[in-house]
Amino acid sequence: MSRVLINVPKSCKKGDILDVKVLISHPMESGQRRDEQGQIIPRKIINKFTCAWDGEEVFSADLFPAIAANPFLSFSALAVASGTLSMTWVDDDGHTQTELVAITVV
Amino acid sequence: MMRWVALFLCLAAQTQAAPHSGYADASAPVRAMQDDDTANPGFLWVQQGEGIWSDAGVPTGHSCASCHGAATGMRGVSARYPEYDAKLGHPLTLEQRIEQCHTERQGAAPFAHESDELLAITAFVGVQSRGMGVTVDASGPAAPFFDRGKELFTTRMGLLNLSCAECHDGLAGHHLAGATIPQGQPNGYPLYRLEWQALGSLVRRIRNCLTGVRAEPFTDDSTDLVALQFYLGARADGLKVETPAVRP
Ligand code: HEC
Ligand code: HEC
Repeated sequence: MSRVLINVPKSCKKGDILDVKVLISHPMESGQRRDEQGQIIPRKIINKFTCAWDGEEVFSADLFPAIAANPFLSFSALAVASGTLSMTWVDDDGHTQTELVAITVV
Repeated sequence: MMRWVALFLCLAAQTQAAPHSGYADASAPVRAMQDDDTANPGFLWVQQGEGIWSDAGVPTGHSCASCHGAATGMRGVSARYPEYDAKLGHPLTLEQRIEQCHTERQGAAPFAHESDELLAITAFVGVQSRGMGVTVDASGPAAPFFDRGKELFTTRMGLLNLSCAECHDGLAGHHLAGATIPQGQPNGYPLYRLEWQALGSLVRRIRNCLTGVRAEPFTDDSTDLVALQFYLGARADGLKVETPAVRP
């Protein structure tokens, strides 16, 4: 489990545009660096992030090796109905992490 | 760091201006990152520190919280560290004070220097004092440590033969390659440095500057390294605690 910070309003009005900000701890090892023995440090980055609202994808991003450690993403979503935001980060070795946030739309 | 070799600075008068945080010298995007707790990666460590605060999985079974209560009770503590300890007869940094509780009162093995755990718990204790003025008491029996720290700060070191003061008192606000030379203030530590892509301590920052002038870094926990931090704390008098700050 990586440490994650998620900032999104837990409740809002129908039709509001929500700002979603997420930050996850991850080394984002680019695969370009060498260790003290001169060996390439294998690439290990988060390569995909998706966010779905009650199963419907509202945002996704492909990430690349030039992105810094502990990537921060900020995006918006339209509030249509109460539901659960499900956010998933996928890394090179297939490890995934999913965080859920319930949002009430009135 | 090769760029430091090409450093021939015009000699400015070594005056000591009013304390001024490195925040003010940072670019607008860096300041914006520090201003938004959800964009400041330092809060990943603060969150980890909150877990350590209430973790009873230590040999004595006593979490920090079981003795100290809510972490809000730590408000004001980091603002007066490093603090002179009358029993020990020398100042302790906040990290050393935490290590003391961790080893003596929790019966645990010390956290490793610069480990995520030590940075996290220090940031969590530090953030409680955010916005408070730094007030390190260098009077009475603590004065010799202040004097020693000041002596180190003004002593030329390394192959480049520069003192901390030449850059941080004399040339603060001037430029060194792409960077603005800050006053070298300690009020944001531990802080997230973009170059490190991680949280780091004041000790790590000082080591960076020493490497920059090609000087031998102080050994961890040496009296001189603590005295230097003690002097920096007293010199920062009145600056607001920014832990965990963000710097380039
Ligand atoms: C050659 C000039 C130079 C010397 C000598 C030097 N520094 Fe620095 N120092 C810098 C620069 C430049 C930065 C900012 C680096 C950056 O932003 O990339 C800095 C940053 C710092 C900071 C971080 C300030 C903040 O806002 O986080 C501290 C603390 C510091 N130095 C302490 C010291 C100490 C202690 C010494 C002496 C042992 C020292 N420096 C020697 C140039 C110097
Ligand atoms: C068994 C009880 C106990 C536990 C557990 C404990 N402490 Fe303490 N702590 C104390 C006592 C007692 C003092 C006062 C020591 C003194 O003044 O000499 C203290 C002092 C401190 C101080 C200095 C406060 C000041 O006002 O200067 C800090 C910071 C601190 N503890 C942090 C921690 C942290 C962080 C943990 C967990 C990693 C922890 N302590 C665990 C009992 C405890």
